[in-house]
Amino acid sequence: MSKPRVAFFDFTSCEGCQLNKLNFENELLDLLAHVDIVEFREAMDNRSETYDIAFVEGSISTPACIERIHDIRRRSRILVALGSCAVTGGINAMKNLHPPEWVKDTVYGNDKYLFPSIPAQPVNALVKVDYEVRGCPMSTPDYLHLFKSLIIGRQPEKRDIAVCVECKLNENECVIDRGMFCLGPVTRAGCGAICPSNGQYCTGCRGTISNININGALHMLKRHGLSKHEAEKRMRMFCAFEIA
Amino acid sequence: MRKDLNINIHHLTRVEGHGNIVVNMTKGVLEKAQLEIVEPPRYFEAMLKERNFHEVAIITSRICGICSLGHQVTSLKATEAALGLEITEQTEVLRKILVDGATFQSNILHALFLATPDLIGVGSVFPLVNTHKDVVLAALRLKRLANDIGDVLSGRAIHPIRCVPGGFTMLPTENELELLRNRLINEGRRDAAFIMEVVAGLVDQIPVFCRDTEYISLYHDKEYGLYDGRICSSDTGLQPVENYLDVTNEFVVSHSSSKHAKNNRSSYLVGALARFNNSYELLRTEAKKAAEKLGLTAPCHNPYMNTVAQLVEVVHCIEETISRIEYLLSRGIRNEHPAQEPRHYGRGIAATEVPRGILFHDYTYNRQGSIESANCIIPTGQNLANIDDDMKKLVPEIIGESKERITKKLEMLVRAYDPCISCSVHMLDVEFIE
Repeated sequence: MSKPRVAFFDFTSCEGCQLNKLNFENELLDLLAHVDIVEFREAMDNRSETYDIAFVEGSISTPACIERIHDIRRRSRILVALGSCAVTGGINAMKNLHPPEWVKDTVYGNDKYLFPSIPAQPVNALVKVDYEVRGCPMSTPDYLHLFKSLIIGRQPEKRDIAVCVECKLNENECVIDRGMFCLGPVTRAGCGAICPSNGQYCTGCRGTISNININGALHMLKRHGLSKHEAEKRMRMFCAFEIA
Repeated sequence: MRKDLNINIHHLTRVEGHGNIVVNMTKGVLEKAQLEIVEPPRYFEAMLKERNFHEVAIITSRICGICSLGHQVTSLKATEAALGLEITEQTEVLRKILVDGATFQSNILHALFLATPDLIGVGSVFPLVNTHKDVVLAALRLKRLANDIGDVLSGRAIHPIRCVPGGFTMLPTENELELLRNRLINEGRRDAAFIMEVVAGLVDQIPVFCRDTEYISLYHDKEYGLYDGRICSSDTGLQPVENYLDVTNEFVVSHSSSKHAKNNRSSYLVGALARFNNSYELLRTEAKKAAEKLGLTAPCHNPYMNTVAQLVEVVHCIEETISRIEYLLSRGIRNEHPAQEPRHYGRGIAATEVPRGILFHDYTYNRQGSIESANCIIPTGQNLANIDDDMKKLVPEIIGESKERITKKLEMLVRAYDPCISCSVHMLDVEFIE
C-alpha cells in the first residue's frame, strides 16, 4: 500500500499549530515513516496537485482566502481543520465584533483600501470539513490521536464534554472557587484542562460544547461577581464567531 | 550581460507567513526589487480595544506562534508599566530564562531546519533525515530541550500559560530546574558543540554580500540585551525605550500588508546580526569562541550571516540559562503570588529582543483597567525596507549569474532575515518579470 500523501496549509493565523507539529521532536521521525509530506510551505519547497489528507490551519479572512480554500478542498480526499482559527474562527473573529471600517482605520488609517479584508470565518463556513483538532494552540495528544487514526483507517472519536470534567480528573481546585473567572463549564474538553492545571483560568479556546447552557453560565459567573457584559466579552475572545 | 530580468517567487517557502519576491529589470535598469507581504491583515490593535488587563497578553501572544513568548513578555511589561504593577526579582529571572529559551528554540528552528537545507543543496530538512541523520537528531534534541525550558517554566512553549501581569500563576519546582540544568550541561552543550562543527564546514556556502546599514537592537550595560535595555542604533547611539516612535517611524507601502520602518537611513536591520554587532562584548566567552569558529566577526555587514549570528546566540543562551538556573537554585524558589492590584492607570511602553529583533508594545489603559489604545511594532516589519534595499544592491551585483542562481540567492537572502510574516501583519514569493 502506498503511503498517504499529506499536505499542510495555513490561512489567517499565527502558524503556531503548524509549529506545534515540528515540536513533536520525539515522535516526528516515526510519523514521517508512515506518510509522504507533499506540501508544507513553512518547512519545505515542494508543491503537489492532490492530497489524501490536507491539514488546514487559520481562518478565512480575505477574498483571496476564499478562492484558495475551495481549491484545496477540490484537490483533497480528507480535509482536517487544525486549531481554533480554522475550527471556530478563533481570536481572528474578535475583529467581527467591531464595525469593519473602524477596525481598518485603527490599524492602517488612510491606507486601509490597500488591503481587502472580510469578517473572519472558520473553514467549515465555506467548505466541508471532515475532521477537526481544537485548541489554541491545537492540543498535541488530540492531533496525534487523529493523525494515527487516519493513517490506520479508523474513525477517531469526538469528545463533547466540558473542560470541567477533565479538570476534576486532574484533581484541581476549582478556578471559580479560587475567586477567578473561568470558561471551563461551557468549553469543549480534550486539552486535559491544561490552563487550570497551570494555575490559569480556562479562556475557552477550544470552542463551546454542543449543548451549551449560556444563560446558566452567565448566571454562575454573575454569582461570582462578574458582570454579564464582562462575561460575554470574555466568552467572545475565542468564540466570537460561534456566539456573536 | 543580461539586460532584462523578471523574477516572481509566489509564496516563498521555508519562512513563517506569506510573501512574494518580485524583481523586474528592463534594459539594464532595475525597476523593481521588493518583498511583497501578502499575509492577510490581522488587526490585533483593534481586537485589543476594551480588553481587560488580565486578557491582553493572552491575546497578543497569538500574534505569532513562533514568538508567542516574546509577545507575551513584552505585553506583560507594557501592562505592568501602565498600571504600576511591580514584579519580584524571581519573576524577572524566570522571565529572562524564558526569553533565553525562546531565542534558543527559534534560532535552532530557523538556522538548522529552515536555512541549512540551502547550504546542503536540498529543498527541506526532510531528505536530511536519511543523509545526515546524526545532525537531524542532534538538532531535534536541541529543539526539544529549548521547548522544555518553556514547558517547565510557563506550562507550554507555544502560547505560554503561567505568565500573567505581576508574576506567575504557578512556579517550577527546584527539582524540575535541576533536571533542566543537568540536561543543558550534558546534552545541550554536547549537541551545540557538534552542530557548530557541522555548520563550520558549511559556512563557505553562504553567499558573500556586503551592505553597511544601520543596526538597531536593545542594549543593556550588564548583559547581552535580550530581556531589557535601551534602544541602541549603530548610527545614532542610545535612547530610552519610551522614544521608540522616533526610531521606528512606521509607514505604509502598497506592496506590503505589514508596515515598513526607517530611522537614520532609508532602512535599518534588526535581529540576531544587529544584536551581535551592537552587543558583541557582552556575549558569553563560549559564544565568542563559537563566533570565531564560524568566521563571524563584529561588525559584520553581510545579512546572510544573520543565520550564523543566531547559532552564536544559541551557545550564549545555553550558558546564560545554566547560570540563571544555578542562581535560582542557590537562593531557593520562593512561593510568590502575582501582584495584580493596579496603582495607577495610563500608558506603558515596553521592548524586548525577540528572536527576529526588537519588539515594542505600547498600551494605554482607562480607569477600568481596559485597553483604550494599543500599538505593536514587530521586528519583521522593521526589516522589510532593509530587505528591499539589500535586493536593490544585490541584483545588479549578481546579474551575470544564471536566473536559477539569482532566484536562489534572493530566496536565501529573505530567509536569512528569518522573517515572521504572521507577526509583521500582524512571507515570501520571488517574482522575476521578463
